Amino acid sequence: MDIKQREKYWKENLKYLGILLAIWFLVSFGFGILLVDQLNAFKLGGVKLGFWFAQQGSIYVFVILIFVYVRLMNKLDKKYNLDA
Amino acid sequence: MDIQTWTFIIVGLTFALYIGIAIWSRAGSTKEFYVAGGGVSPLANGLATGADWMSAASFLGMAGIIAFAGYDGSVYLMGWTGGYVLLALLLAPYLRKFGKFTVPDFIGDRYYSNVARTVAVVAALFVSFTYVAGQMRGVGVVFSRFLDVEVNTGVYIGMAVVFFYAFLGGMKGITYTQVAQYCVLIFAFMVPAIFISLMVTGNPVPQLGFASSGEDGVYLLDKLDGLMTELGFTAYTDGTKSMTDMLFITAALMMGTAGLPHVIIRFFTVPKVSDARKSAGYALLFIAILYTTAPAIAVFARTNLIETVEDTPYEEIPAWFTKWENTGLIAWTDKNGDGKIQYLPGSAVEGRQPEFVEGRGAQGQRMISNASASANELYVDRDITVLANPEIAGLPNWIIALVAAGGLAAALSTAAGLLLVISTSISHDLIKKQIAPDISDKKELWVARFSALLAVVVAGYFGIHPPGFVASVTALAFGLAASSFFPAIIMGIFSKRMNREGAITGMVAGLGITCYYIARFKLGWIGNPETSTQEHWWWGISPEGFGTMGMLVNFAVSILVSRFTPAPPEEVQGIVENIRIPSGAGEAIEH
Repeated sequence: MDIKQREKYWKENLKYLGILLAIWFLVSFGFGILLVDQLNAFKLGGVKLGFWFAQQGSIYVFVILIFVYVRLMNKLDKKYNLDA
Repeated sequence: MDIQTWTFIIVGLTFALYIGIAIWSRAGSTKEFYVAGGGVSPLANGLATGADWMSAASFLGMAGIIAFAGYDGSVYLMGWTGGYVLLALLLAPYLRKFGKFTVPDFIGDRYYSNVARTVAVVAALFVSFTYVAGQMRGVGVVFSRFLDVEVNTGVYIGMAVVFFYAFLGGMKGITYTQVAQYCVLIFAFMVPAIFISLMVTGNPVPQLGFASSGEDGVYLLDKLDGLMTELGFTAYTDGTKSMTDMLFITAALMMGTAGLPHVIIRFFTVPKVSDARKSAGYALLFIAILYTTAPAIAVFARTNLIETVEDTPYEEIPAWFTKWENTGLIAWTDKNGDGKIQYLPGSAVEGRQPEFVEGRGAQGQRMISNASASANELYVDRDITVLANPEIAGLPNWIIALVAAGGLAAALSTAAGLLLVISTSISHDLIKKQIAPDISDKKELWVARFSALLAVVVAGYFGIHPPGFVASVTALAFGLAASSFFPAIIMGIFSKRMNREGAITGMVAGLGITCYYIARFKLGWIGNPETSTQEHWWWGISPEGFGTMGMLVNFAVSILVSRFTPAPPEEVQGIVENIRIPSGAGEAIEH
């Protein structure tokens, strides 16, 4: 694999990381802490929304994020023939 | 049958299972594990990681922490799960490709320096030792209740079991034992949770019950908020911690989780890089089952506790109360002499724990010598929440016994994983790689066993004599991992320019400032104790959250120093190029 290909692969990888980590930050630090008071004005079932994100929602999103990452990277590895 | 008989049966059965698996996987191991090197499937590794990660603290302690801290407890939920996202995206795949034995191996090779390796070994040992100590305390709590003995006797029994188990199971077979332990612990955690959720809300899924209403049609959380504000507590869904502190603690726990050596080494055992990613996903999924149930249990438990004890005459209190009182984990002083239990804000005792004295009070309660001036009469050790909850809810005896077996599975699986890190750190990273490179395999194994024994003894000591130290060890362990390993590993992968000088000074600076802060404000070892209170914290950051600051200092120092010192040699830059490409990873390493 030549240097150019390597660098392209790495750049695409970093792009995915950036997007996924932005979501990771948003649901935990964002919804669960920084915006908790604003979100608590809304309710999900019997739970204030900000509180729900802090104790439930962020965790669900974390699990989904990792599996999305697995899918994206498997595709990327295939594209660059690195899935051996 | 009574609880004790059930406990003996269920705990006995699960122990037989673990021992059976340990023997079986050992018999097949030498050839399969060493020669074929097929590695562990991502699913099995995910299960084992779940058991490895979920300690006595997670199983017994977390629901309790949340029950008593409310919204503030969210830092643990987000921190200890969000760390896996970092682990999966930033660490696991690359470290798997690198494919060596331990975390200090990576640090030592990537930074071409034995000094860096030694700093990493010291940090790994410290993190793992402090962690094992917490496990012993957890085992002690379980045994004390179900064998009806004092907590300290429980710790001695626990030491004997962990010691025996670590030797019998050996180090090679722990993966499959941990798979079984995950199954036991999650079953034991979920069964009572489902029962209680059904009883309280009519919904069998605790995560949904959490957002539902009880028989009276009032949403559970609204009801709990009401009960608590009425008694003068802060509402359950409102925090008492500042936003800055919440952010720093959550971040420290996340980075700390991603930097914990006993979790990282699990990802060396899968066959391919893509399996390491998938395995991290499975691990978090299995962990999330417990972590999303815990807040539900916390709400049920806190409501249950308030409704059962508040303003109840001691004479009418249910049997579980006096049983826990006998273990010393619940205490009641009749401060206003009305014979009823008043459960109010403030600590019921001076200092950390109640100090019991001989004799019984007018109502038959145990007497304590250190009652506080606060109107609160009740001391409840929050570690008993998960164990006591099924009893408080009046569930059948076999379920209560099951919870005991689950707590032991959680404590033992984590202890085994940690003992592995401690013994490999000493025998492999320290002795083999540095002090005596030509040591024979047999001697190396002997050193490993001896260090495991040492670890059990030291851990047991701290379990029995918690000098205000064990309570703060979690903060210490995560803060240290966050401020030392995390930046060094991240920059080792994502920056080709990062060199030996930068990494070492960064780790030392990050560790140093975090240790200083904890010693200054948590342990009171440095400086005037008068000024080690909350008002004097830097920028309002608690010692628990200071690991984040340590991490930032580490990054800043590393980057600055590396700018003024020579770039790493060609071959090291080649290592970095190589670990970024997933194909061609070496064989899996079986620990």
